[in-house]
Amino acid sequence: MRSKKENWQAFLLVLPSILAVAVFVYGFIAWSGRVSLSKWKGLTPDYTWTGLSNYVELFHDPRFAIDVRNTLIFTVIFVFGSLVLGLLLSLLLDTGLRGEGIFRSIFLFPMAISYIVTGVVWRWLMNPATGTRISGLNLLFDKLGLDFLINQWHTTPYWGIAAIALPAVWQMSGYCMAIYLAGLRAIPDELREAARVDGASEFQILTGIVLPLLRPVTLSVMIILGHMSLKVFDLIVAVAGKQLPLDVPALYMWQATFDGLFYGRGAAIGILLLLSVAVLIIPYLFYSLRSEPEL
Amino acid sequence: MTRKRSRLLLYLPLVAVAIFYLIPVYVMLVTGLKGFEEVNLKTMWDLPNGIQFDNFIEAYNKLAPHLWNSINMVLPAAVISSILGSLNGYVLAKWKFKGADIIFPLILFGMFIPYQSILIPLVEFMKTINLYGGLPGLVLTHVIYGIPITTLTFRNYYATIPKELVEAAKIDGAGMMGVYWNILLPISIPSFVVVLIWQFTQAWNDFLFAVVLTSPSNWPITVALNNMAGSQIVAWNVQMAGSFLTALPTLLVYIFLGRYFLRGMMAGALKG
Repeated sequence: MRSKKENWQAFLLVLPSILAVAVFVYGFIAWSGRVSLSKWKGLTPDYTWTGLSNYVELFHDPRFAIDVRNTLIFTVIFVFGSLVLGLLLSLLLDTGLRGEGIFRSIFLFPMAISYIVTGVVWRWLMNPATGTRISGLNLLFDKLGLDFLINQWHTTPYWGIAAIALPAVWQMSGYCMAIYLAGLRAIPDELREAARVDGASEFQILTGIVLPLLRPVTLSVMIILGHMSLKVFDLIVAVAGKQLPLDVPALYMWQATFDGLFYGRGAAIGILLLLSVAVLIIPYLFYSLRSEPEL
Repeated sequence: MTRKRSRLLLYLPLVAVAIFYLIPVYVMLVTGLKGFEEVNLKTMWDLPNGIQFDNFIEAYNKLAPHLWNSINMVLPAAVISSILGSLNGYVLAKWKFKGADIIFPLILFGMFIPYQSILIPLVEFMKTINLYGGLPGLVLTHVIYGIPITTLTFRNYYATIPKELVEAAKIDGAGMMGVYWNILLPISIPSFVVVLIWQFTQAWNDFLFAVVLTSPSNWPITVALNNMAGSQIVAWNVQMAGSFLTALPTLLVYIFLGRYFLRGMMAGALKG
């Protein structure tokens, strides 16, 4: 039995953290919300109420429309690319071939690196120059006789944002691989053995047994990657600086607030970002915590 | 077709992808190791004629103060948030008080929020308490926004410790802190390693908090590197060497403690 005193003691022990999170997460979100409903523009705070006008302006703002579009394109390519590559690598590694450890380490090391480093290096790899000034991957393609692959990367008109997804996939597909590998290892061998005895082909086992069992893993990874791509910021800054064709909400929030001093608008973008992330994450949190065994 | 040959075929895609992953490292290293006179965008894929450290020395001279800023900021941030996470995890796994089941998901949500949604208040708050511009403010920020993940990792670990162990110690007269200190803490070392290196990596690699909260002389290395890359003055070869220097500490941690790094990463996916 636990005494009342112990209950209090337990609560007091976590109280500092609870307070810190309450202030820095929830308090600050509320504060941002309040700023987003204000006229604050310029260096001195101005909390004059202006209703939803910052949000309304955003919905009519062509720049914000570009942001939404870029985020969608980036998300689709980044999430899909990482998932497919990660799944493929995990299936290959799950065959128990030699050198699994080395491959796994190679696929995962980008996770340890800052997006800034990734961005700076890829900025030179994705150098869009052609002709006599050709360099980076384009130069490599040229040397290998793969000229049809030469492209303008992130400076490609309209589709430049898709090129940014490449270093993002480079950085995160190993993560997908690791999670899928854990999922694959959790599938009992007997299931596959039984199917083999019944005469199922390896492909049938994959599509009929393995992939359906991996569905919850896929869902988790999609949510984690999806929320990351909504927040993408560092990588774009490091690859391309702040350019309108590659703009995303996080970047717009930054520029609106700290370069343009449109605090009200910046806060509104922040809140919209939060809402879009919350739509993904809150159901995920409930699902994850509810399905875990009672302690 | 023999089984052996089909096995060999499996290596083809793996090796191809491995090359894709290693390309940036190759470019960073061969460029960094070339002498200044040898550096040319046109020959960026060629191996250096001889090993020279000009680029690394130049990059180090430019980044050294920021490297130290990063070290001075990351160590306390990682240690403090690990200790807090351990205490929180202990309570939330073994001493659930009333309402703990509501508080835990509320804490966890904090690790997913886009920081753009708290950035303005964070800056204003740091200005108010006079921590804006310096490293202590950045440390505090990393500690607080690190609480969710460190709490989660420790809670999941402590949840695997049998209740009986705790109960037995209580019967022997140990109080809440006694159980923590004598029973759980000694077996938490692996979890501490996991959380410490995870927080180390997160704080080291952070850009957003650093760029908004610190003044140029206090910039950690990621901000300094980005600034260097954005300038027209610093040559690309020095940028490559600088990138390698920036990546080196976390890469070393990954190479030598990869197993723990992996566990930290999996914890972030909740159920993995």
